[in-house]
Amino acid sequence: MPKTDDRLTKQDLIRRSPFLWEIPVTHRSDMRVPVRIFADDKLVESALQDASLVQAVNASTLPGLVSHVTVMPDVHQGYGFPIGGVAATRLPDGVISPGAIGYDINCGVRLLASDLSAGEVEDQLPDLATALYANCPSGVGVKGSVPLSGKELDRICREGSRWADQNGFAEPGDLEATEEDGRIDGADPGAVSARARERGRPQLGTLGAGNHFIEVDVVDRVFHPAAADAMGLRSGALVVQIHCGSRGFGHQVCSDYVRELQTAVMHYGIQLPDRELVCVPLSSPEGRRYLSAMACAANYAFANRQILSHHVRRSFVQTFGERRGGWLNQVYDIAHNMGKVEDHNVEGEVVRVCVHRKGATRAFGPGFEGLPPRYRSLGQPVLVPGSMGTASWVLLGTEGSMALAFGSTCHGAGRRMSRHQAKRSVRGDQLRQELEAQGVRVRAGSLPGLAEEAPSAYKDVDAVVEVVVGAGIAAKVARLRPVAVIKG
Amino acid sequence: MNLPPYEEVDHTADWALLVRGRDMSDLCLVAASAMLAACGARPAKGRTNDRRLELHAEDREGLLVSWLEEILFSLETHRRVPTRIDVTVSPQLELVAHWTDAPLGEVEKPIKAVTYNDLSVREAVGGLEVTIVFDV
Repeated sequence: MPKTDDRLTKQDLIRRSPFLWEIPVTHRSDMRVPVRIFADDKLVESALQDASLVQAVNASTLPGLVSHVTVMPDVHQGYGFPIGGVAATRLPDGVISPGAIGYDINCGVRLLASDLSAGEVEDQLPDLATALYANCPSGVGVKGSVPLSGKELDRICREGSRWADQNGFAEPGDLEATEEDGRIDGADPGAVSARARERGRPQLGTLGAGNHFIEVDVVDRVFHPAAADAMGLRSGALVVQIHCGSRGFGHQVCSDYVRELQTAVMHYGIQLPDRELVCVPLSSPEGRRYLSAMACAANYAFANRQILSHHVRRSFVQTFGERRGGWLNQVYDIAHNMGKVEDHNVEGEVVRVCVHRKGATRAFGPGFEGLPPRYRSLGQPVLVPGSMGTASWVLLGTEGSMALAFGSTCHGAGRRMSRHQAKRSVRGDQLRQELEAQGVRVRAGSLPGLAEEAPSAYKDVDAVVEVVVGAGIAAKVARLRPVAVIKG
Repeated sequence: MNLPPYEEVDHTADWALLVRGRDMSDLCLVAASAMLAACGARPAKGRTNDRRLELHAEDREGLLVSWLEEILFSLETHRRVPTRIDVTVSPQLELVAHWTDAPLGEVEKPIKAVTYNDLSVREAVGGLEVTIVFDV
């Protein structure tokens, strides 16, 4: 049985182009498709340092895979499936794997843009950071800002951001600028356990802890003026990123199905190298039930980010005063942990697949009907957060991402250092001082938690972006520079 | 040489703990203690409760995951932390636990899920060992 300890070396990879490597299907007897890795020399070396690529090879054994498993340059070791991995399985009999979507279902990023010049409001940034920390519940065990009845939770499961809109948490244009308009079809609250409901009810409208954050940035540089204009991104202006997901609700949905499917997978005669990859056919009763529960968690996450946006807007009003029309317009909201049924062109044939993206962002190219009209000729906005103290990026999906990566691209910087190692080498209080000295105001609930998320624990996000742009699976729009970070 | 009952193992994104026990009962006890120590869960003053829990699973790994999930659920949802645990696992993989819990004072770093990633309870010198990866 292959294990994640059986590391690969560079000799196991074939270089197909400056930014594309391949692990051929002959590498291991149980592989069904090759693994394709977007990386430069340095990032591929980094990927070989942990079990990321072994996990990608393990993922390539899933039944019903189409074409190849894709690995993004921000890849790092996850559990079962690598973080930064994409796998497409053919409907109806390819599989769905909850572990290949992740525990934090619809973890994603939302970007809000203002026309406030950072230079003009610099003195008020500490107050803004304090207001955001006070208004956006974060950290361990913090109760949500929206108490929910069981019936209301059911409505959120079905309606996602629409529920938030109907309850006064959205502004005109927010839903249109959200992937799937903030609501995934097919949600069935009956597919969600009582335990998931109990975890989810008190947590709506919270940021959580770990790598989740709210970050205030300045638009540092614009690379694509027409796209930046369509997005409302102006050089030197303040913007806000919100990074979080479905909280304990989504985690419990994933835990429940990973456990339940351990028996079902045997019934379908599927052999796997890692039990965390447990899967069942998409058309099976268990597979359909998981998809219904996943949609509930995805809709919960959309509503969660929508409510946090409302609190961010309140914080801007508290800091800068009331303004007609508000201070912040939504640029886009996008998931990076999700399973989506999509049509893709594979070797000249349109194939309906379930694209598992775990730590990878959908990046549809120009012409996609599901985009707001202002983005349709440009391509889908892609939000790539960095790591406190380093840049973040706004990109666009391209024809190349459609052709090479099932309409996907990277999702962040990607960890390079374990949390254990980060805590040993970085002190939270020292890090906070360093960030403040760099002009990044930090409001954090836990200093050890801050240390684990130190910028030095992550890869160079600029290098990650150069790879996806060089490979043609994204295009640059703007680079963002942080000025305030809020963490649990 | 006496090996420690548990130790942290490097894992890029999440936490991994190598846990050792004399037998399955001891392994479950040490795994619970290790998990609570790793997330820095500490009790506050307040009324204690006694709880009894029965679990059954098809295999040792499934039992371990279900057991640790019970404790995590209690921490996150009921805000209760075990302060004393007795746990017995029969050869038929029936787990019976008696624990006393207290109100949760603080958690330094929450654990969100227990995974099956490469989860395999192995025979080892002095009993059993297992590496558990937690989603944090």
